Amino acid sequence: MKTEELIINPQGKTEEYFINMGPQHPATHGVLRLLLTLDGEIVRKVDADLGYIHRSIEKMTEFDTYRQIVHLTDRMDYLSAHMNNEAVCLAVEKGLQIEVSDRVKVIRTIMTELTRLSSHQLWWGVIGMDTGALTTFMYAFRDREMINDIFEETCGARLTMNYFVPGGLMWDIHPNFQKRVKDFIKHFKTKLPEYDTLLSDNVIFRKRTEGIGILSKEDAISFGVTGPGARASGVRCDLRKKHPYSAYDRVEFKEILGTKGDTFERYRVRILEMWESMHIIEQLIDNIPEGEILEKTKAVIKLPKGEFYQRVETARGEFGANIISDGKKSPYRMKFRSPGFSNLSVIDHLAKGWKVADLVAIMATFDFVIPDIDR
Amino acid sequence: MNKMKNENIKAIIQDWVPDLEFTEDSLEYVTVVVPRASLRHFLRKLRDDEQTKLDFMFCLTGVDYPKYLEVIYHLESTTLGLILVVKARTEDRGENAVLDTVSDLFRTAEFHEREVFDLLGVRFKGHPDLRRLFLTEDWVGHPLRKDYVDTVNIVKR
Repeated sequence: MKTEELIINPQGKTEEYFINMGPQHPATHGVLRLLLTLDGEIVRKVDADLGYIHRSIEKMTEFDTYRQIVHLTDRMDYLSAHMNNEAVCLAVEKGLQIEVSDRVKVIRTIMTELTRLSSHQLWWGVIGMDTGALTTFMYAFRDREMINDIFEETCGARLTMNYFVPGGLMWDIHPNFQKRVKDFIKHFKTKLPEYDTLLSDNVIFRKRTEGIGILSKEDAISFGVTGPGARASGVRCDLRKKHPYSAYDRVEFKEILGTKGDTFERYRVRILEMWESMHIIEQLIDNIPEGEILEKTKAVIKLPKGEFYQRVETARGEFGANIISDGKKSPYRMKFRSPGFSNLSVIDHLAKGWKVADLVAIMATFDFVIPDIDR
Repeated sequence: MNKMKNENIKAIIQDWVPDLEFTEDSLEYVTVVVPRASLRHFLRKLRDDEQTKLDFMFCLTGVDYPKYLEVIYHLESTTLGLILVVKARTEDRGENAVLDTVSDLFRTAEFHEREVFDLLGVRFKGHPDLRRLFLTEDWVGHPLRKDYVDTVNIVKR
């Protein structure tokens, strides 16, 4: 129920006041400062103050080579590190006009879907915490650990992988890779239903999320909201379907769409997406074709003059890498379109009229990663 | 498929305004340079016209060139699947680095324009809340400009 309907005496309004949410706040999951204008407990305005973790990555790219730039991108959305790396790699490959082998495409797709799973797992743990259920975090981390181990074995790192390079992969997959991925899928298929029993069907959680923060389809498009947040409002924005890249054109999966656009719908879309990700991995894991893992490129890559744009679907929505090249070894200008940045811009519009606790629930379903917003 | 759509949208725009400048910067998307005076009118038409329906702005980039600042708008139609890149240029890099805002047409531009103002110094006329977004209010200069030198924090390498 909207809180405004509860006010019996319209003259009994309190005075508006400001409160800082962040930069250090458990529900912002990073150094994000929201300046809230409140009327009692009702949110009137949300003014986002960004830049606490701004590292001018876009400026740094102008002095780095294309190989080095890949390494900067997983410091943005560290939970979608593989996807961010992939966007830059694909944009550079577009400029060089090289096509990677099928083997690379399939491995990249498996890796990105594993990343999506691990990101959604962490999000599920965190949304429980944000709405007052600490247990979920432990469950999510138990399962996420298996994916991190797979990454560690093949990529050599657990968070900032840097496994994709322009032209292919850093090195081939570990001999254990296929077995461990299959073990994980088998394990997680029994655990994901637990997520539903633990949180999705919980009465308190339902009351905190159902009917709260409804985003209309038109607003989602206008505000540039992408990812599960927009799909819950019925926007067909999955780039894996719309503009397939890597091996997404050879796998079958459903684009999960919602109709209501409320907080619970955004939650539901993410849970169902985990099933789809597992479905994609299952189709590919036994069919990794043989082939080169690295195309021949010059030691220092120079792109021809022009603009090269690549869009990929990260766990949070659309990530874009826009290279504007003047023919040198570094880009003239490089822009990263991050999903979190556009998704954050809708918060003010969405949270108006709801209580502070609802704002926390709304923010949790957009799954913000602050370094991704600030870049 | 994409090639056909690209030719399609090019033909529509040439039908509207015959003398617009198309650039060959991008091999993938049709790119058109719009005079800054008609930017708002043009984007509104692209958004509302039945033939184009470009309702989703998926990227807004600011670029610093020696003589002017350029803002690149990436537009997509969620219903028709068309993509168009629109570019607008300011008169110069100093006092006249001004463009009209499109934040009321595409609400996502509200944040993006604040970012471009903050880091490149393009002033968007008519923006409801044009403040710095990442940097502090008292920051001097715009770091993404090519001639920006930060002696304290050593950005240049």
